[in-house]
Amino acid sequence: MTVPFFPFFKVFKPRIPIFAANFRMGMISGRLKSLLVAAFSVFFVTNSLPVLAQEGHEKEGQPTEKQGEPKKPKLFDANEVIFGHIMDAHEFHFLSYGPKEHQKHVTIPLPVILYSPQRGFTTFLSSNFHHGHESYKGYVVLTEHNREELKLDPKKYFIGSIVPVTESGEFDPTVKVYDISLTRNVVQMILALSLLVWIMLSVAKRYKKGEGVTSAPKGMQNTIEVVVNFVKDEVAKPSLGNKYPKYLPLLLTMFFFILINNIFGLIPGSANVTGNIAFTLVLSVISFVVIMFSTNKHYWGHIFNPPVPMGVKPILVPVEILGVFTKPFALMIRLFANMVAGHILIICLISLIFILGALNKVAGIGFAPFSIGFTVFIYLIEILVAFLQAFIFTMLTAVFIGQAFEGSHDDVDGHADEVIA
Amino acid sequence: MKLLRKFFLINIKFTIMDLFLLADMANAGGAIGAGLGAIGAGIGIGQIGKGALEAIARQPEAINDIRSNMILTAALVEGAALFSIIIGFLAMVL
Repeated sequence: MTVPFFPFFKVFKPRIPIFAANFRMGMISGRLKSLLVAAFSVFFVTNSLPVLAQEGHEKEGQPTEKQGEPKKPKLFDANEVIFGHIMDAHEFHFLSYGPKEHQKHVTIPLPVILYSPQRGFTTFLSSNFHHGHESYKGYVVLTEHNREELKLDPKKYFIGSIVPVTESGEFDPTVKVYDISLTRNVVQMILALSLLVWIMLSVAKRYKKGEGVTSAPKGMQNTIEVVVNFVKDEVAKPSLGNKYPKYLPLLLTMFFFILINNIFGLIPGSANVTGNIAFTLVLSVISFVVIMFSTNKHYWGHIFNPPVPMGVKPILVPVEILGVFTKPFALMIRLFANMVAGHILIICLISLIFILGALNKVAGIGFAPFSIGFTVFIYLIEILVAFLQAFIFTMLTAVFIGQAFEGSHDDVDGHADEVIA
Repeated sequence: MKLLRKFFLINIKFTIMDLFLLADMANAGGAIGAGLGAIGAGIGIGQIGKGALEAIARQPEAINDIRSNMILTAALVEGAALFSIIIGFLAMVL
């Protein structure tokens, strides 16, 4: 293959060091190469207009088509599976089986509670929706299929939300509906709450009876003591100093609530509570409110009048003011992103089996052991992340609260850190 | 000849702008941004691990303290990297 180019090298005399690789086909001289590149790019760019003109046609959002063409093969819709697991829904969905047209679902339906100023309160079980195939009492739940039929804007109306419809099945824009139903996030939060309260109250009762106070702790007391002592000694005391008893209930509640919801979220079929930005938003707002209520004059002095040279102050003061808000904001995003990323990763790894299986059944089955092995590995990491993120959220809240009432650096007892001998 | 060159120039400008206005470009941009964030996370957590291992090598009896500090710092750095993943998501959805 290098034969046609051989006289070529004799003419152009490449000045680059002569490695063996240079004599392969493709190492043409720089000038000719750039000329060829320019010519090709001009050719391709000018001829790609007809391709770009079809922009409206292809939306590469999902690998399946929803155009109702019976001839195209039904591929696996990874997008729908992933978002179906991460978003909130009106039922606990465990599995679906059967052919695509007559799918059967194993679910636990949850009550739907709707309030509309025009129609009043409506409550019913979400199984009446039949997964978007029927409307019930003037409402319908949105699926991909429905949303296209009702011609709703995909950016405003999300899959899984409930929209009002008229008798004939058209979207009814005159009715405003507020969805206050018991979705699966709410039910899981209530479950986590009741589990937490039950554990804590039963352990506290045993302490009140005298077990574990002067004698060795028994049963659940062991676990709870370890964890509470950990939060008290590693999180609360270092940051909050002597005022830690005031904040310890908040820190413990945050830690246990986030931890239990994280762990529940890892069970297949459960809801993704901590990966919901509304949940983490509320937690960070609670942190923000507590931080604001613990501030003292010194803190605000540092924000509006930091002890820095005059030239730096105009830059630093806006940054400090922003910093008051970015710290809880980062708390929210950190927990949300960690949890959502973990769930998406696990779902994607399992979906790989089905994506490959849709192309070629043998490839899908053959790939399954690798996928499951990797998923188990990521699952173990996710359990670590569950504990870690609960700890980080609590610890950062404690640190920010401690920074808020720090006081001037003169009246902190200034003995040097003891050397570990 | 000049007309032909003018035609080509106008053509090139138009098609490159057109390329950037495609909705799928947002998806590509989001994916590239998320990938860059992953690079940042890798570098950051790698540095943390390096420092932790060196510290353990210097003073093996402090291994428990070092290990807990390493995991804590890694979670904070990963939080920053996950910001970029979220922005990548937003680029895709918005």
